[in-house]
Amino acid sequence: MTATMDISLDEDGKLQLEEHEGVGAWPKDRRFTSVGQGAHRLEGLEKVTGKAQYTYDVRLPGQLEARVLRSPHPHARILSIDTSAAEALPGVHAVLHHGNTEPIEWYNGSFVFDPTLRMVGDEVAAVAADSGDIAEDAIRLIRVEYEVLPHVTYFEDALRPDAPHVREGGNLTDEPTVYDRGDADAALQRAHVVVDRKFTTQCAIHNSLEPHGSTASWDGDDLTLWSSTQSVFTIREQVAEALGTSEHRVRVIKHHMGGGFGAKQVAWKNDVIAPLLAKRTGRPVQLMLDREAESLAAGNRPATWQHVRFGADRDGKLVAVWADIHIDAGAYQVGGEASNVSGMYQSLYKCDNVHTEARNIYTNTGPAVAFRAPGHVEAAWAIEQTMDELARKLGLDPVEFRRRNYSEVDQLEGKPYSLPEGLSLSYDKVTEAFGWNTEGRERGAGSKRRGLGFAAHDWIAGSGSPPAYAWAKLNPDGGLDIITGTQDIGTGTRTGLGQIGAEELGIDLADVSVQLGDTALGPYSPVSSGSSTLASIGPAVRGAVNDVREQLLRLAATKMEVAADRLTIADGRISVADGGGESLSIAEVMADVAPANLMGKGVRGPNPDDVAIRTFGAQCVEVEVDTDTGEVTVLRVATAHDIGRIVNPTLVDSQIWGGITQGVGFALHEERVVDDRLGRILNANLEEYHVPTIVDIPEMTHAHVGVPDTRANITGAKGVGEPPLIPTAPAIANAIYDAVGIRVENAPISRQRMLTLLREQTTTTNGNGVTA
Amino acid sequence: MTTPDKAPASPRVPVTLRVNGSDHHLLVEPRHTLLDTLREDLRLTGTKKVCDMGNCGACTVHQDGHSVYSCLTLAVEANGSEVRTVEGLADAGELDPVQEAFIRADAFQCGFCTPGQLMSLRALLDARPDPTDEEIAKAVTGNLCRCGAYHNIMKAGRLAAEIQAERRATGNGPTAGMEAAE
Repeated sequence: MTATMDISLDEDGKLQLEEHEGVGAWPKDRRFTSVGQGAHRLEGLEKVTGKAQYTYDVRLPGQLEARVLRSPHPHARILSIDTSAAEALPGVHAVLHHGNTEPIEWYNGSFVFDPTLRMVGDEVAAVAADSGDIAEDAIRLIRVEYEVLPHVTYFEDALRPDAPHVREGGNLTDEPTVYDRGDADAALQRAHVVVDRKFTTQCAIHNSLEPHGSTASWDGDDLTLWSSTQSVFTIREQVAEALGTSEHRVRVIKHHMGGGFGAKQVAWKNDVIAPLLAKRTGRPVQLMLDREAESLAAGNRPATWQHVRFGADRDGKLVAVWADIHIDAGAYQVGGEASNVSGMYQSLYKCDNVHTEARNIYTNTGPAVAFRAPGHVEAAWAIEQTMDELARKLGLDPVEFRRRNYSEVDQLEGKPYSLPEGLSLSYDKVTEAFGWNTEGRERGAGSKRRGLGFAAHDWIAGSGSPPAYAWAKLNPDGGLDIITGTQDIGTGTRTGLGQIGAEELGIDLADVSVQLGDTALGPYSPVSSGSSTLASIGPAVRGAVNDVREQLLRLAATKMEVAADRLTIADGRISVADGGGESLSIAEVMADVAPANLMGKGVRGPNPDDVAIRTFGAQCVEVEVDTDTGEVTVLRVATAHDIGRIVNPTLVDSQIWGGITQGVGFALHEERVVDDRLGRILNANLEEYHVPTIVDIPEMTHAHVGVPDTRANITGAKGVGEPPLIPTAPAIANAIYDAVGIRVENAPISRQRMLTLLREQTTTTNGNGVTA
Repeated sequence: MTTPDKAPASPRVPVTLRVNGSDHHLLVEPRHTLLDTLREDLRLTGTKKVCDMGNCGACTVHQDGHSVYSCLTLAVEANGSEVRTVEGLADAGELDPVQEAFIRADAFQCGFCTPGQLMSLRALLDARPDPTDEEIAKAVTGNLCRCGAYHNIMKAGRLAAEIQAERRATGNGPTAGMEAAE
């Protein structure tokens, strides 16, 4: 593993990453001084004083506010649009719509302002005005005549022969994605036990507290765009293309962001409409979505239907994994990270006979987009409940059953995992921390029934990948600036990168500053998605700081008249490693080059091609089910994840608590509800869409796996943002089964749903149900 | 303050607010919320707009010592009152105990709900310097955090009470409450 490389193209135009000799993995016996410490967030002071500037907080001289008129119909054509009254309203500066703008292609085969509307919430017109109130008044004055077209709300209905088409060519986004390994159907015939079930997961809304939005300001042909985004460079590329300008004319800035969770990794229409309005008016324009629009038109975790058939032999060996998967794409495919529901079926457990078949289906509803562990959260719901049921049928402990179907190899590519014991260690650590024991425990009394549940996961993207770059500037006073074009989406990227830089140079974190989130000032970094940011950028930062360190040691070697390779740096002082009392501070050495800086460049090296890098993990959950009310209380959760080296345990724990908390919300009460006839969302607000509150969280324990993945990259760290959410919902469902003997196939496990299932159980068991 | 080059849509009325210790004489539309007044007219953007309908708590400020949703308060209703926002929590650079506790307990991730959480907890500690866990949870149960920082927000609530008690015992720093901003 090396830290530097060059990018070139081979004769076929394929990207080549050429390695150079650079810095290797940190040695096992290294005494870490900064990495591994629970440092406070570098931006903490800004965030607790209200000074942190989010996109919503940008205030420029003469700035106008924009609002959007959205389609009230799930499928319609605009016959006419009259904006005269809106334009005549004092304080209104511009009204844009399809009739007075050039068509700009957007999504798949549609336009930014498209006369055909395919969902409630599609953009019809946009207004820029002196204030938000005036812009809203103007929106209400726009008169639109619609031709209402037939629509389809639910993906379960969209493949029927008589279903209205969301777009030409039918309601399948593509041909079905089919994967086969061995012969799953034949293996199911021979299996000793088979579980055959149909599971569904609901559509969930990200509901980031800061909505999607942008603030645009033109200076001649140069655009500065503040965007609430997970990828400043992606926005720059997409916006430059949409506006027909060069990328160097577009500067995208994101200092702080109020949550994204996957929904902000691509440009959205606000990123283009704000610049268009700013151009038309000659004034800066801020366009932030309101809460309703966040639910309608800013992405969601798609609903899924999963028909699952798993088979095992007498010895508890998984002989067949078969899944037919339908996914609700919504009205558009917006790009970004794929929601690969099939993936975990193919990889998590060792199985020779696997068949998956997935269909993405258009409906006249808001578009799906990546949402924290896209595809995996949905798949885990079905896979992990099926595994639990198989274990019960075989009379095996669910953890033991999983251990019997363990793969040390990526079964798709045939490569060993970079840390083959990662999942096994997760099983060990989590069961120990939780006190997993399915025998002779407290089961509750009366109407309060307790149960334990277990679930595991893998995750594909936490390894990070090239290309990504970083620069380091060592200042004459010994302080260090780290500059990258990545962004901190609230996870603590600034702090983690600062710690890696401080560690590499041998200085205190207090002497490091980290600049990011600006395409004009930092070198390219990829989108912050897939839990990959630290593992993608961290190695580049190490490389850049190591570059500076080498230059510094050469300067010191001359000054101290020793060979550079005998020198070491600790606590900001340079000394001879193997004895001698002499030491110099970094500033004393830098005095020779002052006032200049030392400049370092770091490049993320390629991932090794002989191993597959994954993040594994497992969770144990205890729940209490109230059989009188249907209320499910998650009492405690223990979790363990193979996330490699922990750069900052405090920030890792925060990611884990947050992931589990979102998992509890997904399991029990989050669900977008759409009226079939009107195609409208009935709970497009935070009152009726129930995100977890402080009283909904369980007791949580993080059992560290604690093994650096030195094959993954030169920091040994892998991402943790998404993994903790993946197993939570199925672990809760398995615990409910353990408590009351009911398999909940449809998420979320709302009180109403639970109560219905409890009643059905009491009826079918002739009064001898669980409440007896 | 907007910079209208055309007349505003409806007549404006005078409103006087004392915000974080400074007096402001403003002309606002009667429908203008206290939240918009703070964020747009006074450029105090620390207070956040999330739902704009009283569901989420992100816009929580203090009005005459009580925590209120500034999105559900009209500026004209707040006329003559004393308003405290997150920008008014720290005293001459020294952080309020709730601010210090949030940093030390890592009680935020994206930070967008943080100003509202801080103001809710500040109001709690003004009324109940030694709160129970139940009281802490109740104080912020209307403050949504999508990152799920609740576990550490609970810790920060307990820690803030400790820091406040320590400071009071040693006579150091702001004793917290409205007097710190005055």
